[in-house]
Amino acid sequence: MREMIISELTQAAHELARGFAHFLPRLIVMLILAFVGWVIAYVAKALLRSILGLIKFDKLSENTGASQLLTKASLPSATEMLSRFVFWVAWLGFILLGVSVLGILGLQEQIARFFLFLPRLFVAMFLMFFGLLAASFFSRAALLAAVNANVPSPRVLSLAVRSIIIVFVLSIVFEELGLAEQTMLVAFGIAFGALMLGLAIAFGIGGRDLAQNFLEKKFVRGKKEENEDELSPL
Amino acid sequence: MTETMSQGTTSRGRAAVIRTELKLEDEAFLTDDFLRQLINVGEVDILVGLPTHNNAKTIGSIVHTIRSGILQAFPRERVVIIDADGGSRDGTPELVTGISIDDVRPASNLYALRTLHSISTKYASSPASGVALRTILAAAELLRAKACIVMSPESANIESEWLSKLLRPIYRDGFDLVTPTYRRHKFEGLLMTNLLYPMIRALYGVRIREAYTPEFGFSSRLGSQFLGQNNWNDGTGGAGVELRFTLAAITGGYRICQSFLGEKDRVERHAADLVPALRQTVGTLFSALEPDFPVWSAVAGSQPVPTVGSEQEVLLEPMRINRKRLREMFSTGVAELESVFQSILSPSTLTELQRIARPGEEFHYSAELWVRTAYEFAASYQKSVISRDHIIQALAPLFRGRAFTFLMENRNGSANDVENSIESLCLEFERLKPYLLEMWK
Repeated sequence: MREMIISELTQAAHELARGFAHFLPRLIVMLILAFVGWVIAYVAKALLRSILGLIKFDKLSENTGASQLLTKASLPSATEMLSRFVFWVAWLGFILLGVSVLGILGLQEQIARFFLFLPRLFVAMFLMFFGLLAASFFSRAALLAAVNANVPSPRVLSLAVRSIIIVFVLSIVFEELGLAEQTMLVAFGIAFGALMLGLAIAFGIGGRDLAQNFLEKKFVRGKKEENEDELSPL
Repeated sequence: MTETMSQGTTSRGRAAVIRTELKLEDEAFLTDDFLRQLINVGEVDILVGLPTHNNAKTIGSIVHTIRSGILQAFPRERVVIIDADGGSRDGTPELVTGISIDDVRPASNLYALRTLHSISTKYASSPASGVALRTILAAAELLRAKACIVMSPESANIESEWLSKLLRPIYRDGFDLVTPTYRRHKFEGLLMTNLLYPMIRALYGVRIREAYTPEFGFSSRLGSQFLGQNNWNDGTGGAGVELRFTLAAITGGYRICQSFLGEKDRVERHAADLVPALRQTVGTLFSALEPDFPVWSAVAGSQPVPTVGSEQEVLLEPMRINRKRLREMFSTGVAELESVFQSILSPSTLTELQRIARPGEEFHYSAELWVRTAYEFAASYQKSVISRDHIIQALAPLFRGRAFTFLMENRNGSANDVENSIESLCLEFERLKPYLLEMWK
């Protein structure tokens, strides 16, 4: 009996040692990959930070309104955020590569899915950034045009333009990420419809006086003003 | 197409010489038909350019006046009228080329001794002042014109003496650019008197009253130089090219003078015209400041330019102007565009603007504040803090505020008062020039 126990224990110890000997190189490979990944991710982060600094990415981000959002949320600048994001994605990628070397069953499929998801994540971020840029540009253009044309409530018009573009961009981003596609489609439809209806109600009922003023100015007072001399700027 | 007043000689040999001198880009730019017409004309002494687009109402009398002016002042010179048309649909080109000299002769009782040609080319299906001027400059270079003028196809009160006044300083006195001065109402051309003239004077050191003008004369060497150096494919269609031409003459060290023409025709304007006017003038000036920095940064003070006739004449007749709307649009603009101004203006300037925009406050947009505003806009334009076109658009409500103050200050002012007011604004622009230089670094 005693011998049998010793034999089983010895066998178990041998198997453990064999298993450990078999696992140790993979663990070392994983650690090496994680370290190399850290170095590469760090270099990529530093490089990206310099490039973004050179192209004045923070200024661009300020124009999109993204910087204001980050400041309000007590987050670092857009350049820092993007650099850190690239660092973590790159390092995480290497760590997962290392984990896949360990050969743990079940993890392989998840890791493969993560790598397949990465391009979509980048495309979504790209779309989001340029979507915000477009929203900012067109809302400012609408604001300036409305102010110079003496249209009432120019900021409302500008906000409406901005909101429509952002809602549209968000729906595209979620579709790209494959997150709740159906829900987003319905939500977009509802949000867009509600926005249009809201604007119609606001202008037609809530802003009755405003509408009246606007129409009067357009068709009644306009004629009176036409009779007055306009200053020739040139 | 080509009309001959007297027996002009169109030498085939001379045309061949001109043909061989055509540059490759000119060949591509000018149509074959237009080149053929130019070759038929041969060399000329004087070229008159007309950038037209649907000007049938006025062009007849203008061409008539031009011809009269040529008969009176340059009967011995070979002259060509070039109509660069931007796709008129009202028969403008036919009117330019179709007017017979016999329509002019009986009235003036004058006879030309040389040839006068009128040719027309359609450079595009829509108007673009840059392409029109480029066509005229290219034609002037190919025809080796000694002196050229560009005339506005809209000026209803153009007089035949204008040609002599714009051409003589170039043809006889060796000047390279002649800009006009006009008799104007004291409240006409406020963008000129309150921004363009003082700013160009302070920065470039040259006191040119009308740097952006539809009528001007120039020498062949200035025309050729500008034709070669200007960026014609900047995507703007050449908006404000007349101002770029004047600035090129200043920075190139060419001889410039002014010539008093008379009363400027009042063009009917609307409030909506301000933004396009700002784009053509202030936008052009701001964009020129960057390449011209080595020139204007080294200039201190300003010098007058030789002027033939009066430098400025002011009409004082009463004028109905909607002042209330000017002030309202200024106040609305300052309130609504706060987020835009935060990117463009310094906090102190913005605070000051917000203070004067408040209802109930006594409104006075001082010269110093206006100069600081203009310089901060110029610096922001250079740094592209936001879209450059948006920066120009954002200036419109502020200009209205300044215009309102100018109107109030000079409501009962005499011609001297108005002139003094403009002069003191100019001096303020000159005094604060270091402020712009500091921001530019």
